[in-house]
Amino acid sequence: MDEMNNISVQEYKDKGKNLKRFFIEHSATMLFLVMCIIASYFSGYPVSSIVREIVTRLSRNAFLVLSLIIPVLAGMGLNFGIVIGAMAGQIAIVAVTHFGIYGIKGFLLCIVLSTPLAIIFGILIGRLLNKTKGQEMIASLIAGFFTMGLYQFLFLFMIGTVIPMKNKVLMLSGGVGIRNTIDLGRNDKGIKYALDNLWKMPLWKLMIIASIISTIVIITIYFWNKRKGKDVNTRKLIFNLGISFLVLLGGIIVLNGGKRFVRIQVPMVTGMVIAGLCIFNVLIVKTKLGQDFRTVGQDMHIAKVSGINVDKIRIIAVTISILLAAWGQIIFLQNIGTLSTYGSHVQIATFSIAAILIGGASVSRATIGQALLGVVLFHTLFYVSPKAGNNLFGAAQIGEYFRAFVAYGVIGISLGLHAWRKAVGKK
Amino acid sequence: MNEAIKRISDRVGLPRLIISLLFFSICVMALILKLPASSLISDVIRRFGMFGILALAMIPSIQCGTGPNFALPLGIVCGLFAMTITIQFGLTSLIWGNGFWASVIIAIPFAALAGWIYGMMLNKIKGSEMLVATYTGFSIVSFMCIIWVVIPFKNPEMAWPIGKGLRVTFALDKSFAYFLNNFLMIKIGEIIIPTGLLLFFFGTCLAVWVFLRSKIGVALRAAGDNPKFAQASGIDVDKCRIIGTVLSNVLGAIGIIVYAQSFGFVQLYLAPLYMAFPAVAAVLIGGASAKKAKISHAILGVFLFQGLLTVALPVANQIFSEGNLSEVLRMIVQNGIILYAITKVGGAD
Repeated sequence: MDEMNNISVQEYKDKGKNLKRFFIEHSATMLFLVMCIIASYFSGYPVSSIVREIVTRLSRNAFLVLSLIIPVLAGMGLNFGIVIGAMAGQIAIVAVTHFGIYGIKGFLLCIVLSTPLAIIFGILIGRLLNKTKGQEMIASLIAGFFTMGLYQFLFLFMIGTVIPMKNKVLMLSGGVGIRNTIDLGRNDKGIKYALDNLWKMPLWKLMIIASIISTIVIITIYFWNKRKGKDVNTRKLIFNLGISFLVLLGGIIVLNGGKRFVRIQVPMVTGMVIAGLCIFNVLIVKTKLGQDFRTVGQDMHIAKVSGINVDKIRIIAVTISILLAAWGQIIFLQNIGTLSTYGSHVQIATFSIAAILIGGASVSRATIGQALLGVVLFHTLFYVSPKAGNNLFGAAQIGEYFRAFVAYGVIGISLGLHAWRKAVGKK
Repeated sequence: MNEAIKRISDRVGLPRLIISLLFFSICVMALILKLPASSLISDVIRRFGMFGILALAMIPSIQCGTGPNFALPLGIVCGLFAMTITIQFGLTSLIWGNGFWASVIIAIPFAALAGWIYGMMLNKIKGSEMLVATYTGFSIVSFMCIIWVVIPFKNPEMAWPIGKGLRVTFALDKSFAYFLNNFLMIKIGEIIIPTGLLLFFFGTCLAVWVFLRSKIGVALRAAGDNPKFAQASGIDVDKCRIIGTVLSNVLGAIGIIVYAQSFGFVQLYLAPLYMAFPAVAAVLIGGASAKKAKISHAILGVFLFQGLLTVALPVANQIFSEGNLSEVLRMIVQNGIILYAITKVGGAD
């Protein structure tokens, strides 16, 4: 963490010096920030419900978006194949719902069942992507479509014929195939909110506690280092304290913002799981494997010459991503509460990739901060745009189509820009 | 033995071989199930003409070196836009071919302009065309969704009676539905042959074939075959790529008009979103690769792929009355074929 703070302060200083460059580099993120603010204003939603929605959607989507980071590190671009992971997660959910195991037990069983599936899919996709070096993203996109076909075949025609299963609630009336929607919260006998409801804390309380703890930690580290005679950075101390103070201030504002604000709850365990994934992403870079990812990502030939098994490293990177996506989809669905058997996974890659790109990531560089910021911005826009479209143009569809356009457009533009830079670099 | 099989599969092409066998076996199954052969054959011919030009649109783009045109929806929305203009301004008299020729004439400049701009963009991103094209297509479709809502076209044939915008699907009954299909239509026994549709499709194929053998066309193919060599011999590769893209885009626009008249309906909004994929799959099945394609590939591929899907539908319904087995089959075949072609591109690098 120490090192990360150092970097962020350093960046902060550079940015201060070179404000113009900062704005150019982050123009997309800035544009979306402005767009979110304008759309939020015109949507007419109260601030409290936007904040509540952000908290919910952050806990719902962050894990999926974070699953994109490792393949980017390994130079494989944005992994459109996370839909395949999502399908593995859904297969597990259907199985567990059929077994009738619910609550946190059911949730954990979903995780356990989805893991081997996701690992097998990941290895297969990894091998495919090794055959399509340089075209990984289109290959993973089409592989996703292809797998969707197989998935539909499995759930519409194999279940009840080749795979014996009897369940009137889950299956179509003919006895073959799974229904379109599966309620995960029926009579509290599903995995709905299994993770979210374990421990909830009001947002204001969380913010105040977090700021107090972080203040104590920051000051302790500062004086600890000073006593040991290490270099201390007073500027950094003030910056960090400032941030914790802002969090405290935010907490107090939320507390005094009226009933609606006070009622906003944060699913703590989900938050911890997401935080755990963030830490995992930071730590893996420091291991031998993480360094190999980086080397492969920078230059495959150099990596090969220096004795790294490039193909194997790439397979590992994709497998981790797809495994995380499977877990992410389970977290996503336990929050949504209904599984749309043939629909829940379809847009997962598009929306996750659009989110991380809006956060400022690119095909060759993606960080945790960008992922989280992207989720906040993209999903704020997602939440407010239909209402804003309705209020501005008298048609809610405009907002809906607009957000689809934003998702596709942002991916198209950023892939185009990346390809353009690559082409210019070759010359 | 293995050598012989490999040699045959190399010459015929694996996708073509697999799909031919699949098509053949499904036809046999249709016969066993005693499905009405005449109506199946009529349907196969109709669907062949209906999708033909959309698949043909892939040929110039592959030949000029930009790969399969995954941005086909760009051309498609130009065609859709032209059709809405035609209906709105009532250009549906017989001189305008009930609106068919009017739509084609209006669509061409739009598609050419869009293709030209898009072609310039493609020149900046050489090597990543397929992916960027896919997302260009997706973006333009979702952008046009907004346009369909806000466009001030009020013709009751296509606008919602209450509320804003155009309908998701509107019929062409009062204009050019089945205009080509009914032209010189022949009935042989129970089999219906839409002569006009086939004539138009083969005519377009011939026009493209002639164009590709003109001076510009030869330069275009050279630019696609070996860009460096073409550049060295004084061919403006970038310009050739733009011409190929424009042609592909124009064919896409005409293709959707032919499709709509044969279908009898125009589908707006999200309908064109995934339309590029069956067209790409068709030419690949016909024997094309992501880098090499001939017009005969488009003709054969459309016949095999659409034929397969047409016959598979009633056969699948006989086996599984519930669920849409032929749609699932389409997804698997189509994307499997495209995936196979992409692995071949990667192998060459």
